[in-house]
Amino acid sequence: MENNLKKVDIIFEVDEKVSPISVLDKTLKRSPDEIILDLIDSGLKGRGGAGFPTGLKWKFARNEDGDTKYVICNADEGEPGTFKDREILDKVPEKIFVGIAICGYVVGAKEGYIYLRGEYNFLLKTLQKKLDIFNNELKQRNFDFNVYLKSGSGAYVCGEESALFESMEGKRGEPRNKPPYPTVAGYNSKPTVINNVETLVYTTMICHIGPEKFKALGTTDSRGSKVFSVSGDTPIPGIYELELGMPLHEFVNEFGDGDAKAIQVGGASGHCVPRKKFNDTIIGFEGIPTGGSMMIFNSTRSMYNVLHDYLEFFTEESCGQCTPCRVGCQQLLKGIEAVKRGERPPAYLEDLKKLTGTMKIAAKCGLGQSVGNPFNSIIDNFREEIIY
Amino acid sequence: MSTTEVLVKELVEKNGKTRNSLMPVLQGIVQQEKFLSEEAILCVAKELDLAAADVYGTASFYTFLDTVPRGKNIIRVCKTITCHMKGKDEIINTLSSALKIKVGETTHDKKFTLLTANCLGWCHKGPVMLINDEIYPDLTPQKAMEIVEEYSKSTH
Repeated sequence: MENNLKKVDIIFEVDEKVSPISVLDKTLKRSPDEIILDLIDSGLKGRGGAGFPTGLKWKFARNEDGDTKYVICNADEGEPGTFKDREILDKVPEKIFVGIAICGYVVGAKEGYIYLRGEYNFLLKTLQKKLDIFNNELKQRNFDFNVYLKSGSGAYVCGEESALFESMEGKRGEPRNKPPYPTVAGYNSKPTVINNVETLVYTTMICHIGPEKFKALGTTDSRGSKVFSVSGDTPIPGIYELELGMPLHEFVNEFGDGDAKAIQVGGASGHCVPRKKFNDTIIGFEGIPTGGSMMIFNSTRSMYNVLHDYLEFFTEESCGQCTPCRVGCQQLLKGIEAVKRGERPPAYLEDLKKLTGTMKIAAKCGLGQSVGNPFNSIIDNFREEIIY
Repeated sequence: MSTTEVLVKELVEKNGKTRNSLMPVLQGIVQQEKFLSEEAILCVAKELDLAAADVYGTASFYTFLDTVPRGKNIIRVCKTITCHMKGKDEIINTLSSALKIKVGETTHDKKFTLLTANCLGWCHKGPVMLINDEIYPDLTPQKAMEIVEEYSKSTH
């Protein structure tokens, strides 16, 4: 079968002639407004999962008054099935640092932070060494900006931006109400840009190669490429940078083991796509958006076990401050167990689906709001596996 | 002054006497002492001028900031879906019977604590475990045993 899947090499590309710091030098000669226009033109959207236009985010923060602003790199990569940021942090950290510094220049911040999940603490020493060198380079250029490293302590919810600020402020990682959004009041209640690791590398690369080359990739709604974390039933698990907007069946042809029955797109909080929908599912903002996690399940896997795993995960990782999420996750888990044991009729699944609807409206943050994604897509497509 | 007091003072000195330093201070204590004792929490509260309940409240939120005694080496086996599919149960069972402890327990000699963890970010190389800050991917029961034996030898 013909394979149109387009592999890309932007994120991990190492060009001996063009160091990341030289991209910074080149970019600092331009005006912040020009850089923002380029980013908006490129169509780059956040690569952490939510997909907010990066250029706009920077513009909002730039337009805020105030002397103190922050840039934060969200390296709290906790979504099950996602491991691409670790590889980026390990292989091309300088490109991240430059992205943070460019953002600092654009919005008028003097401090940047990388919030690294505690599970990746083994990266701390090397990252700190490389950061020291980088900060020194900035000092030599009389550029008043420093990047600091902060470490998390094993809480999935801290990947939620406002929970991450709380954690950096020495508090429980409980998400805040929005608005105000981070660009207005983020870390220390000051205007803050918070971007995913991969997004920051793309900003560096767009400043390097220009918006045209970036937006030539992908589709109208999903410009550019994206780093995917491929795992599960595949002979070639790993990290791949691919053009956005690909049909799912092309992905499955390349990565599946020939027996794929479902793909979980976007991690535990994403959507489960069954085999019959592979042909008409697009991976991108016009179809199913993803932070990059692609978990492949073949026909030997029980989708009840998959859903049970996800619900256990959310029950444990729910921060517990809002009732819809705290109680909702528990009840969904107990609910499918009761249906499986025959203590509840199959129709009870409809009640549980309604509960996810309530959680979507009433939960405070993305965690509780998105539990319905895996729940409903697995129940709807694999109902018999949940019941029998 | 007890060693804990000295450690807390050092950490506060290094990170600054503000609420924003609470996480690095608590992380520094756990790095040294493996968990946050009542003494440590009270001491941090005093040094950072916070209520002890506030310090405990923050600490108890985070999986890696343990408030119960832990062994010298903390083993965390990833239990999330892909590692589950690739055989995390066999890894846990093997370590559990070799160390003669259940998940959540610490060996009598205080050398090892066996825990499970949610996704550690190595789904393409599962099953995987963390021992302290070190990561061990592509495990088999045999390999997991050998790694733990190494730790057993290298510590007193």
